[in-house]
Amino acid sequence: MTALLELRGVDKAFGSVRVLQGVDFTVESGHVVALAGENGAGKSTLMKIITGIYRRDAGSMKYRGQEARFANARQSMDAGIAMIHQELNLLPALSVGENIFLGREPVDSTGRILWGEIDRESRHWLGQLKQNIDPRTETGKLSIAQQQMVEIARALSMNAEVIIMDEPTDSLTDVETKILFDVVDHLRAEGKGLVFISHRLGEIFQMCDDVAVLRDGAMVHQGPVSEIDEDTLIRHMVGRELSDQYPFVPAVPAAVRLKVEGLVARGVREVSFEARAGEVVGFAGLVGAGRTELGKAIYGANPATAGTIEIDGAPMRIGTPRDGVRAGIGYVTEDRKLEGLIQSHGLRRNMSLTGLFRFSGSSGHIDKRAERAEITDYINAFSIKTHGIDAVVSQLSGGNQQKVSIAKSLVPKPRILILDEPTRGVDVGAKREIYTLINELKAQGLCILLMSSDMPELLGISDRILVMSNGLLTGSFDRGEADQEAIMRCTVAGLTEGTVQ
Amino acid sequence: MTRSFDFRTFVMENIPLIGLIVLMAAVSLYSPNFLTVDNLLNILRQTSINAIIAMGMTFVILTAGIDLSVGSILAFAGAVCASMIAADTPLIVALLTTLVIGAALGAASGSIIAFFGVQAFIATLVGMTMVRGLVLVYTDGRPISTGDFDVANSFYEVGGGYIAGIPIPVVIAGVVFLACWYVLNYTRLGRYVYAIGGNEQVAQLAGVNVSRVKVIVYAISGALSALAGIILTARLESAQPTAGLAYELDAIAAVVLGGTSLAGGRGRITGTLIGALIIGVLNNALNIMDVSSYYQMIAKGAVILLAVVLDGRSKATSK
Repeated sequence: MTALLELRGVDKAFGSVRVLQGVDFTVESGHVVALAGENGAGKSTLMKIITGIYRRDAGSMKYRGQEARFANARQSMDAGIAMIHQELNLLPALSVGENIFLGREPVDSTGRILWGEIDRESRHWLGQLKQNIDPRTETGKLSIAQQQMVEIARALSMNAEVIIMDEPTDSLTDVETKILFDVVDHLRAEGKGLVFISHRLGEIFQMCDDVAVLRDGAMVHQGPVSEIDEDTLIRHMVGRELSDQYPFVPAVPAAVRLKVEGLVARGVREVSFEARAGEVVGFAGLVGAGRTELGKAIYGANPATAGTIEIDGAPMRIGTPRDGVRAGIGYVTEDRKLEGLIQSHGLRRNMSLTGLFRFSGSSGHIDKRAERAEITDYINAFSIKTHGIDAVVSQLSGGNQQKVSIAKSLVPKPRILILDEPTRGVDVGAKREIYTLINELKAQGLCILLMSSDMPELLGISDRILVMSNGLLTGSFDRGEADQEAIMRCTVAGLTEGTVQ
Repeated sequence: MTRSFDFRTFVMENIPLIGLIVLMAAVSLYSPNFLTVDNLLNILRQTSINAIIAMGMTFVILTAGIDLSVGSILAFAGAVCASMIAADTPLIVALLTTLVIGAALGAASGSIIAFFGVQAFIATLVGMTMVRGLVLVYTDGRPISTGDFDVANSFYEVGGGYIAGIPIPVVIAGVVFLACWYVLNYTRLGRYVYAIGGNEQVAQLAGVNVSRVKVIVYAISGALSALAGIILTARLESAQPTAGLAYELDAIAAVVLGGTSLAGGRGRITGTLIGALIIGVLNNALNIMDVSSYYQMIAKGAVILLAVVLDGRSKATSK
C-alpha cells in the first residue's frame, strides 16, 4: 500500500487568523478517505492547498512520492488531482461534452475541434457512471444530480489519480447516491485515492476506508473507519459530547393555520393538505418531486394556476413573493447562494431585506437604530459567528449563512415558515442548532413546512410527514407510523403515472 | 501596528478621494492660478451638469443597469423648456413640466426594461436614438431661444445666477447630492436599489417589487437629465438640438471613477460626486496647461483607465 498524497505539518494563516496548524493528511492508493469536521474547521482550506488554489505557509506535500508545490488549480489538475466542488463548476449554456472537455478540447492539426471524439469520449465516461446522458444536451437542462455526474465524468476523463469530492451526495437522491457509491467502489478497485467530504456520518461508515477529522484547523484524528464508532467520531468533530442529534418536542394540538386545496402550479399537479399552528410538517420526496415548487407556490414565487390557499381561515390571493410576505409566510430557499442571500452584501442588509417595512413607515425612511437592534438580537439569539453586523455574507460558513437566511425570513414576523433543505451543506453542530431553533419556533406557534432530502432529519423533527412524488401527494404519515421504507415506497408511487407537464 | 492597518484600509476604501486630492495638488504645483476661489467655483459650476446626470446614473448602475439616453433627454427637456419660456410660461410651471417629461421618458425606458425584459443597454440605446430624433423633429434642427419675456431673465438665473456668491447650478447639484445620499442610505427604495443590483433573484424572492423599483430608478435618471438640460439651456439662453451629445459617457465615467461597480449592488453616491469632480478638475487643468483639446481626450481616457485599474486592484487585494 502506497501513499498517493502525503501532507506533513501544513500551516496556513489568513492575515492573523490561523486556519490550519501542523496538519498531517494521507491519501493512500485504493482508499477512500473521509474528511470530516465542522464548517470552518479548515476542510476547504486544506483541499484548496492540495489543489494549488492556496499556497501553504509551512509544511510539505508529497504527491506520488515526490515533493509537490502547485501554483494553481490547473497544475494540480494536470498532475492528476481532481476536485469536484459542492457548488458545481459547470457552464450551464454549454453542452455536456463541451463541459467535460472544457479547456482541453481534442483538436486536429489545423486547430479544429474533434466533436466526434468529444462525443465518443463523453459517452464512454458517462457510461461508466451508468448515466444515459446525451453529451450534446445543454448542461443547464440537467438535474443537479445529473450535473454532479457530469462533474465526476470530467474528473474520470482526466485520468485523475486523486479525486476529491466535496459533499457529493448533498443534492443526490438515494438512487443516485447508490450509483455514486458503486462508482466510488469501482475507482477504489482501480487504485485511485479518493477524498470524500461529507456531513452525513452514515455515508462515512458505509463507504470510506479511513476517516480524518479536522477541528479548529488541527487534524485531531486519522485512522481506519473500522476502528471508530459514530459517537467517537462526533466527539472528535465537535470536541464535546453531542447528545441526541434530533431534539424533538411534540406539537401541542392547535388550530389549522394553513389550508391548501387543489393547488396547481408548475411542477405541482394537484396538492391539498392542512397544517396546524405549532406543527412541523415534513415533505419527503425525490429530487424533482415538486417539493420546492410546492413551497414556492405557497409563497408566491411559483404562482399557482388553480386551487386555494387559506391562512387562519381567510382565503389568500398569493401571486408574488410580496403577497406571500404580506400573508405572513416566511420562506427559506434551498439555494442560499443564488436565491437566498446577496453574497456581496453584509449581514444587516441581507437580514432586513424582506422585513424592511417593519423598520420604515409609509415615507420609506428606515429607522436604522431599530433595525440594528433587531438584527443584533438575531445574531446573538442564533449565535451567528461573525465579526460584525455589516460583515460580508460570503465570508461566513455555510451553517452561519443558513442561520442568517432563517433569521431573514423571520424578521417580517411570519405565521408560516417554509424551510427548503435548511441543513444542506451545514455541519453536525450547526445542524443541531437549527433543529433546536425549529423546535423553538414551533413552540412559539409557527406553522413550519420542512422540505428535506435527509430522511433521518425528516423522521427526527417532523410531527407529520407528507410524501410527494411527481407533483402529487402520495403519502401521509404521523410521526409514530413513519418509517424510511414506507416513505420510500411513496416517493416513487407517482412515477408510474404520466409526467408533470 | 493597528494604526498602519487602519491607514491601509482607509486608503483602499478612498482611492477616488485620494486621487482627486493628488490631482489637485499636482495641478496647483504646476499653476498658481488653479487654487483660486474663482477657478474652483468655475470648476464646480462646470462640473455640476455632469454631476447631476451622474447621480441619476448611479441609481441606474447600482441596479446593474445603464442609461444611455441621458444626453438625448437633456436635449429634449432643454428644447421643451426653452419653448415654454419663450411662450411666457410661468417659470415654476415650465420647470416642473420639464422635469415631469424627463421622468416620464426615463420611466418609459425603465418600463421596457422591467416589463419586457429588454437589456438596459438596448432599451436605453433605443431611447437615446428615438428621443434625439424627437429633439430634431421638435426643434427642426435649429436652436430655440428662450425669448424676450421677463420670465427669460429669471430663467437665466437658474443657470447663470448666484446665491451668496455660489453659482446656482452648484447649489442645485448640492441639493440633488444630499437628496440622493439620503434616499440611497436611509430609505427602503435605496436598499432595494442595492439589493436588485446585488442579486435580482434574491430581491424578488424577498418580496421586493423589482419592476417598480427599476421604473423609478430610470425615472430618477430621466428627471435629473432634464434638470441638467434646464440648467444648460438657462445658461446659454437657448436650447441646442445637439446638446448633451456623448454626455452619457462622462456620466458613466464619473460613476465608475467613484468606485461604483458596473455589475451593480456596490458603490456610493459620494464616490460619484468625487468622480465628477475628478473629470471637472482634469478638464480645467488641461485647459490651464493649454493642452490641445485633441490631446485632452487622450489624457482623460488615460486617467479613467488608471483610476479603474487602481480601484480594481485595491478591491482584489482587500478580498
